[in-house]
Amino acid sequence: MGIEILGLPMMYYIAMVTKVLVAFVFVLLTVAYATYAERKIIGHMQVRLGPMRTGWHGLLQPIADGVKLFFKEEIIPSQASTFAFLVAPLIALVPAFITFAVIPFGGVIEVAGYKIPLQIAAYYDTTAGQVFDVNVGVLYILAMSSLGVYGIVLAGWASNSKYSLMGGLRASAQMISYELAAGLSIIAVFMLSGTLSLTKIVELQSGFGGFEWYLFKQPLAAFMFFICSLAEINRTPFDLPEAETELVSGFCTEYSSMKYAMFFMAEYANMVTVCALTATLFLGGWNGPMAVAIPILGPVYFVAKVYFLMFVCMWIRATLPRYRYDQLMHLGWKVFIPAALVNIIVTGIIAYFI
Amino acid sequence: METLFFLIVSFVAIVSAILVITCKNPINSALSLIMTFFCLATYYVMLDAPFVAAVQVMVYAGAIMVLMVFTIMLLNIRVDATKKHSHKLILGSIIGFFTLINLVVMLVKSRAALPTGPYSGEMIRKIGHTELVGREIFINFLLPFEVTSILLLVAIIGAVILAKKKI
Repeated sequence: MGIEILGLPMMYYIAMVTKVLVAFVFVLLTVAYATYAERKIIGHMQVRLGPMRTGWHGLLQPIADGVKLFFKEEIIPSQASTFAFLVAPLIALVPAFITFAVIPFGGVIEVAGYKIPLQIAAYYDTTAGQVFDVNVGVLYILAMSSLGVYGIVLAGWASNSKYSLMGGLRASAQMISYELAAGLSIIAVFMLSGTLSLTKIVELQSGFGGFEWYLFKQPLAAFMFFICSLAEINRTPFDLPEAETELVSGFCTEYSSMKYAMFFMAEYANMVTVCALTATLFLGGWNGPMAVAIPILGPVYFVAKVYFLMFVCMWIRATLPRYRYDQLMHLGWKVFIPAALVNIIVTGIIAYFI
Repeated sequence: METLFFLIVSFVAIVSAILVITCKNPINSALSLIMTFFCLATYYVMLDAPFVAAVQVMVYAGAIMVLMVFTIMLLNIRVDATKKHSHKLILGSIIGFFTLINLVVMLVKSRAALPTGPYSGEMIRKIGHTELVGREIFINFLLPFEVTSILLLVAIIGAVILAKKKI
């Protein structure tokens, strides 16, 4: 099979680089246009028009915003802790993007006799005839999202401003609490699937026109996971770390120019990740009508599901007011965690008898 | 390829470990420690133990270090609070010297190839690391596991009693 480099065919490297580039560019574009979609959708929900001036119906608005942020003056507060201040936006942004490595966005496609699974961290074993991926995929995502908290906490601390510090402290308490609840709520799914590999979880949901989706088998887990993830990535109604009515802009008050843009991108990239993970775990991933017969349809279904969930996020933002801080902690520790534990016990009993 | 990767990761691990003890600012030390934990997780992946790697990042880098950073932030330690104590320096260098001799002796005398256990790399990749760890914990080592959980329960209750005087 052509040229080999270090024991692997040339095609392997080409496929890997292509997958990484396509997924990365796609996520970047989605992030850019998610900001536009959010303003447009919330605008129409509140009987406004949203951005209209830049391009047809404001379609060039994200590019204009990007250029504006890029050329703004870079301000570093003189009393800030410089190293942590500079590194914090990067720590927030990188975990948001690298989680895409394990999310399967399609089935197996065949290019020039070489089978390529549409998932970045995966390869097709021709002797075993199946796809091998990271077999702790979900744990990897949870681990990376637990690193994302450092970006916000450090940004809050390093800015040396009271508002930023308050935002950082709130963020750390909130993200640790809801990380636990989110982790506990998806354990019930793994009890049914018996695996942590995302490829296998998607395969298990493939049968019978969508009725095998874990959304129907684990509705409580799906609901709790989605809500806890919203809290973990600081989306409204849980955006207390940057509550603008109390804390100016929370942890990113002192940030300007590209560094502020990085936090902005991290927030939206996290939203894409959470929606992609929810779609994979509960909505059958890339499964859909004819998805196995025509492999190119898999990514289309996957993207459609992700965009639908992102629309739900924006819908929630337009509908619900912000939670109070004690309500947030009460909801996390006294409602979601006990409910998730009960769900695990009930699932265990049912799975034992079936 | 793997050797090159190992060398890169080791370089980062050693540099960040040195930075943990040389940084003046405690937050920067904590960040370097997180970096070291991350490199450790990479070693676990290279040793065919992805489950341990994920748990390493989740528990140490993700949970314990967040609490450390939280505490440092709230205590607001000054950067120049560290003073030099000569007697500590002498004692530390003596201990460091003996540890170095110990390590050199260990490296020279010890065998790199230990007797192989029942689990080979291929087997772990075939069955899955998580399954193997689960089986070992819940079948062969069930009693130690339960004892550990009782110990943790006692620690949790103790923490609650210490923190809350009036219940």
